[in-house]
Amino acid sequence: MTEPDELDRPVAPAPAPPAVPTRLAVPVDAATVPVAPVAQPVAPVGPIAPGAPVAPVAPGAEPQDTSVLTATSDQPDAGWRRLSARMLLVHPIQELRRLIGVLLVLLVVGRGDRNLWPYVGVAIVVIIGLVRWFTTSYRVTPTQVQVRRGLLRRSTLSVPRDRVRTVDLTSNLMHRLLGLSRLTIGTGLYDRKKDNDLRLDALTSSAAVRLRDELLHERDRVDRRAAVTAPDAAEGIASVPLPEPPRVIARLDPAWVRYAPFTLSGLLTIGVFVGFLANLVNQTHVNPAHVGAVRTTTDELAHLPVIGAVLVVLAIVVVVVAVLSAGGYLLAFWNFELSRQGGTLHIARGLLTTRATTIEERRLRGAEISEPILLRGVRGARAMAITTGLRVGRGAERGGSVLLPAAPAIAVDAVTAAVMGTPHPPAVTLSRHGARARRRRFSRALIVTGLLAAVLVVLWQFANWPIGFPIAGVVLVGLAIPVAADRYRNLGHALIDGFLVTRSGSLVRRRYMLATAGIIGWNERMSFFQRRAGLVTLVATTAAGRQHYDVIDLAQADAIALADASTPGLLTPFLATD
Amino acid sequence: MARRAIGYWTLRALPAWLVLTAAQIIWWVSDPSNAGWHVSVLVVVSIIGIAYLIVMPQWRYRVHRWETTDQAVYTQTGWFTQERRIAPINRIQTVDMHRGPFERLFRLGNVTVTTASAAGPIHIHGLDLDVAQHLVDNLTTITQASEGDAT
Repeated sequence: MTEPDELDRPVAPAPAPPAVPTRLAVPVDAATVPVAPVAQPVAPVGPIAPGAPVAPVAPGAEPQDTSVLTATSDQPDAGWRRLSARMLLVHPIQELRRLIGVLLVLLVVGRGDRNLWPYVGVAIVVIIGLVRWFTTSYRVTPTQVQVRRGLLRRSTLSVPRDRVRTVDLTSNLMHRLLGLSRLTIGTGLYDRKKDNDLRLDALTSSAAVRLRDELLHERDRVDRRAAVTAPDAAEGIASVPLPEPPRVIARLDPAWVRYAPFTLSGLLTIGVFVGFLANLVNQTHVNPAHVGAVRTTTDELAHLPVIGAVLVVLAIVVVVVAVLSAGGYLLAFWNFELSRQGGTLHIARGLLTTRATTIEERRLRGAEISEPILLRGVRGARAMAITTGLRVGRGAERGGSVLLPAAPAIAVDAVTAAVMGTPHPPAVTLSRHGARARRRRFSRALIVTGLLAAVLVVLWQFANWPIGFPIAGVVLVGLAIPVAADRYRNLGHALIDGFLVTRSGSLVRRRYMLATAGIIGWNERMSFFQRRAGLVTLVATTAAGRQHYDVIDLAQADAIALADASTPGLLTPFLATD
Repeated sequence: MARRAIGYWTLRALPAWLVLTAAQIIWWVSDPSNAGWHVSVLVVVSIIGIAYLIVMPQWRYRVHRWETTDQAVYTQTGWFTQERRIAPINRIQTVDMHRGPFERLFRLGNVTVTTASAAGPIHIHGLDLDVAQHLVDNLTTITQASEGDAT
């Protein structure tokens, strides 16, 4: 079918960027100056000599702790470093955990006497883990970050340093016990494929922090050194101002945990748990009706009147969801701290697994404030950063760019405004989209649910479906009306202070604040019915976050005016012919 | 757009409808009862299909427009649902031309211009081959002249 939807086809696998003149993170001539971390000047121990075998190191000894991280040349073999030797302990355990299913099968299948297979399996897995340490190495050259891995299929992944947008340090419990951090480098385009990411699992925490500072602050320091006037230059590095100390923008107030239940994040945990239980019941062939605890519970419930039983179950679910949500909130956001230091935003959080994400501020393109309907009911909200290099809602990146977890809406607005460096809070008054947009909200909601209800009524009449279905259909139509009204009320946009603010949604209301400098194109979508109503959906495309931010159901003239005002000049040549 | 694009769009839409029709005939052969139903469904699908094959390409041809300046690339595409896309030249990441067997048959080329946004690729379909080649060369030259990493 040649439907126009081929326009929505995902782009081809990340194409190689065009030959853009590479802006060197460290100018080549500057690299000859000993570039030592300012915080702790260390003796410039040379990188490992070309071709020299890496001396075996005893666990605990950390060669990279004392050496300058930047390889001073682009020679093919210079400066490769290993992960922390303590990973010799962690890798096998990680592999064991990953292959635990296979090992269990081995254990169960070969249940005969003198069965060696499980031990062979464990040994192989341990060896795989050890090999991973020996085959993984990385280096930082003045222009590139490179990671080399694989035993049979060697691969070297290189990323230009000026494409490094974010650095993420994560330590789970095992890492923390051993003082390690996993370092993940976010580069925007390359994030999509799993094996293509730049992940160093793991370095010692101090080495990881130094590498992060080197990758993200180096440029900043070079800039500042360049700013030093010529007479000062004779004094060299000593005159370079130290990086400013971090300034805290927001900290978690433990009282905010009261907002956690309204995010319903606990539902997800329950879902996973129920799935796990169902699987267990299925596999072990235990009839749950025969388990004592379950039986007494169901018996007790059976004695109650139906309404009472429903209420009891509902109350239990509500309490469990609330507790789980609060627990998850504390686990993820304990010690949450958002701070700013020398051109980077720094987000640290986590109770057991700690996570510290550092975002270059010049990659920051805006913020997204989302208010699920329950959270909105208690005047709460949460905020995420819109950044090139951190995609929204993709695997491990999910939540990586949290600016503030569920918190009072006022605090969220204030923090967002502070991060964006604008005096206007994102809660600025938004322009409405007019009566035609309202009519469209209603017609869409009512036509879809109305058709569904009609089908259900027909099935009830002619196919003997129970009466419950048409009733549910009618209730759905009834619910659609307030939702449509709310959806219209929430529609709005504004252009203020260099930011395009757009808001939409009802069950989850989202407000996007996108820097107009980050808009790299416009799409204007008009369905047949939108054209008849004279409306368009204006889509600002960007390299950050969700990649596109929509302003839904604008009048055509307003859409063009908004786009033209947001990116002055871009549309001008086309307006005359429009 | 080249006028030949109408033929190209028609031909490209044809296989899907042929498959649909074939599926119905197979169904009919394997289940010969209810001939009346089969005939009526087949007739309805054929009418819709033929109408689609006649209307869609013409409609598309009327809608589709493209234009490039030194600053931006602009397209207008679609038929039932229409879309206009605009991308500044200095944000362009790649420019490539794609020619499948149908395109070769009609001596056409499809040009795709991508930006750093996953939401912003601009497709210019059904260009005369020479025009397409010229456009690609032109855009490549302009793009190389612009600086920055286009995000």
